[in-house]
Amino acid sequence: MTEYDEMVGAIAEVVRSLGKAEVPAGLVITDETRLADDLKLDSLAVMDFVMALENRFDLVIPMDELTEVVSVGDLARLLLGHLKTQSAG
Amino acid sequence: MFGKFASLHEAYGRVRQAGADPFGVAFDEVVSPTTARIGGRDILLLGTNNYLGLTFAPEAIAAASDALHRYGTGTTGSRIANGTYAGHAELERRVARFLGRRDAMVFTTGHQANLGILATLAGREDHLLLDADSHASIYDGARLGSASVTRFRHNDPGDLARRLRVLADKPGDRLIVVEGLYSMLGDVAPLREIAAIKRETGAYLLVDEAHSLGVLGERGRGLIEAAGVHDDVDFVVGTFSKSLGSIGGFCASDHAGFDLLRLAARSYMFTASLPPSVVASVMTGFDLIDQRPQLRAQLSANAARLHAALAASGFRLGPSVSPIVSVRLRDPALAVTFWNRLLSAGIYVNLALPPATPEGESLLRSSVSAAHSFAELDRAAAIITAIGQELGIAGPQAAAAESYVSAAD
Repeated sequence: MTEYDEMVGAIAEVVRSLGKAEVPAGLVITDETRLADDLKLDSLAVMDFVMALENRFDLVIPMDELTEVVSVGDLARLLLGHLKTQSAG
Repeated sequence: MFGKFASLHEAYGRVRQAGADPFGVAFDEVVSPTTARIGGRDILLLGTNNYLGLTFAPEAIAAASDALHRYGTGTTGSRIANGTYAGHAELERRVARFLGRRDAMVFTTGHQANLGILATLAGREDHLLLDADSHASIYDGARLGSASVTRFRHNDPGDLARRLRVLADKPGDRLIVVEGLYSMLGDVAPLREIAAIKRETGAYLLVDEAHSLGVLGERGRGLIEAAGVHDDVDFVVGTFSKSLGSIGGFCASDHAGFDLLRLAARSYMFTASLPPSVVASVMTGFDLIDQRPQLRAQLSANAARLHAALAASGFRLGPSVSPIVSVRLRDPALAVTFWNRLLSAGIYVNLALPPATPEGESLLRSSVSAAHSFAELDRAAAIITAIGQELGIAGPQAAAAESYVSAAD
């Protein structure tokens, strides 16, 4: 399993544990799952859920970087990017 | 063009179906700080942020009226062009003196104060750290500027400290932004802990006292006074539209160079200044806060009375006893029904629905005024309780009934 797959799995777990998303029965959350269209997360819910991920991975993600995030995969790449920069710094 | 609002349109339609439009209530007449009239009926105002009840203070009306006659209806210009009168400069000195700060800038609204200050102070390499439950104007100001913006968990100094630690190696300044009293649930910021983190990390601290000015602190200076952290706070933002009963915003600071923001903050530079009548009523409002500490004592007693009555009825309320008393509900449809029943019974409160609310809850938000009598508050609490019981929200079975309603929804 690559770190990208692991990150997608971690995001899926946080989505389900927060209970804010409407995850349709039987839906498998993949990197193509869209936060707004598929999980019905509004902009504020996305911010709350990213906050949970920031705490879990000890990161700080600037809010403006979230505007480009549409899918779980986008978010996984963003988080991985920050993890790398942070450990390099 | 309007297609993107389809879901908002649908949600708004659902809210209006239940009766009156909670976001479009028009008072035919407002006869006192606590009473309005709609369709010939008296309505008890319990959601106006008129904390000290100063909107009808005879002294403020006389001063405003005199200024209106002497200086006209408006300034027709911005502060940096033709819109600065002696009164604006005098008001700025008054705000600075009131708060014990070196300088103050007056804006045309509180919203514009946050827009101008946050967007201008924090530049490209800087970091803004906002409490997650911050007012929309704080988010707007942050988004308008070029600083990197992060939100920390509401009232969680630990999360704030964690974020500052992660950012420690990055260049630029850090500005922490919190509110004195949060408008939805009426909870206060843990300002001493936040000030300690600010000191340890070398960050700057801005406190928005919109709901706490004139309300908290021994002399009504706000949460900064109540928490005893004057020297740790770099910028104080606030509004004249709540306890001062008028309109306008300000930012005050001790920092040398603060005055330069007058030539950099766009929401200060490119909008018309406050009308002289407003400036005069605000000046009088500051005098009244100083002259009548009994208003704050009455407000505090009133807040405690409504909070105790609704808590005794079994409603879930905010964590602190403050003039903002919010009944927390999980089901938005139930909240809309409740709100309509209250208006029909002659009680006006605010309805706040997600996503504008913390934790996605629906709120029936009351704000208590020093001008309310105990009789008015007792009557309001009795009506809220009676309707709450009919809807299965108040009383010993409240929590179970509400979760049942939510689950069934």
